[in-house]
Amino acid sequence: MSRLLGLFRRRPPTASLAKERLRIIVAQERNNRGGPDYLPLLRGELLEVVRKYVQIDIDQIEINLERADGHEILELSVSLPQKHAA
Amino acid sequence: MSAILHEATPPAAAPAVAQKLTEIIVVTSGKGGVGKTTTSGSLACGLARRGKKVAVIDFDIGLRNLDLIMGCERRVVYDFVNVIQGDCTLKQALIRDKRIDSLHILAASQTRDKDALTSDGVKRVLDELIAEGFDYILCDSPAGIERGAHLAMYYADRAIVVVNPEVSSVRDSDRILGLLASKTQRAEQDNGRVKEHLLLTRYNPRRVTLGEMMSVNDVKEILGIDVIGVIPESQDVLSASNSGTPVILNQDSDVARAYDDAVSRLLGGDLELRFINEPKKGLFTRIFRG
Repeated sequence: MSRLLGLFRRRPPTASLAKERLRIIVAQERNNRGGPDYLPLLRGELLEVVRKYVQIDIDQIEINLERADGHEILELSVSLPQKHAA
Repeated sequence: MSAILHEATPPAAAPAVAQKLTEIIVVTSGKGGVGKTTTSGSLACGLARRGKKVAVIDFDIGLRNLDLIMGCERRVVYDFVNVIQGDCTLKQALIRDKRIDSLHILAASQTRDKDALTSDGVKRVLDELIAEGFDYILCDSPAGIERGAHLAMYYADRAIVVVNPEVSSVRDSDRILGLLASKTQRAEQDNGRVKEHLLLTRYNPRRVTLGEMMSVNDVKEILGIDVIGVIPESQDVLSASNSGTPVILNQDSDVARAYDDAVSRLLGGDLELRFINEPKKGLFTRIFRG
């Protein structure tokens, strides 16, 4: 009986979810593309250091490598939680 | 109706640069099982059927499969690695298709290790095919981003990135796009980009309508490249591989029509995408086929 009912049940529309997740991860991976291989490692170690003081998630650390003519800029951004420790 | 291909050049205006007559096209994807070999076989057939001299090469060393899709598995005597290592001539290794005279298949090696494929060796084979006056060389890439995949794309002028409308396939394809833009001869020599095209396979318009599957436009938007074809999901693909007949040769199949459209677009034609909308069901099909 439940199988029969299952035939009529619609699957939830998840395509938009897929698209949104892809949009984010692809943008992130494109950003790191061509950068040195140590960037993900650096990100991980940075996470450990920051976590000694403040609890944050890995996605709160952003690493960008920008190329201008002749030099590269490594941009690190760590967003801390809203709550003030003091 | 919404997705129109932006291929500006009509066939007549094509040969602006007449020096190099051969075009090398890699069929790649990153992810396995999305339809690279099916696509390579059908596009090669489609191009050859229009009078082009075509060679299709299986780069999947150790996992030869193109021969099965083309239905010539029992005629493989020498393979790609044999040619590279000088065990035979290229002419001896090229298998001429029984259906279309101008179509030639070079099988992957089944036994030897992957290191047998060298950059120099691949270049020598490609150069010889160019010298032989081939119009198109299709390189059927293995899955992954290892040596075989790298060499399949390295000398390419164009890339057909085969994608299923599904998250892991799309992500892997984007990774491949990154490699095409950096790890190819064209990229390294600053000789213009490898021209990238998106080919969606296993497309199910019904599920797209229901919001269960990403649409052509969704995938196109994420990856940011031109769509050269959308191949509907169909049982015909399995039947074709079962029988060793490239699916493009199945006259009754929408898959064949979709691949043939992609061939037209490869040749510069500006065709609207077909088979991307759910077919309107007649009363008969509604009653008898659900």
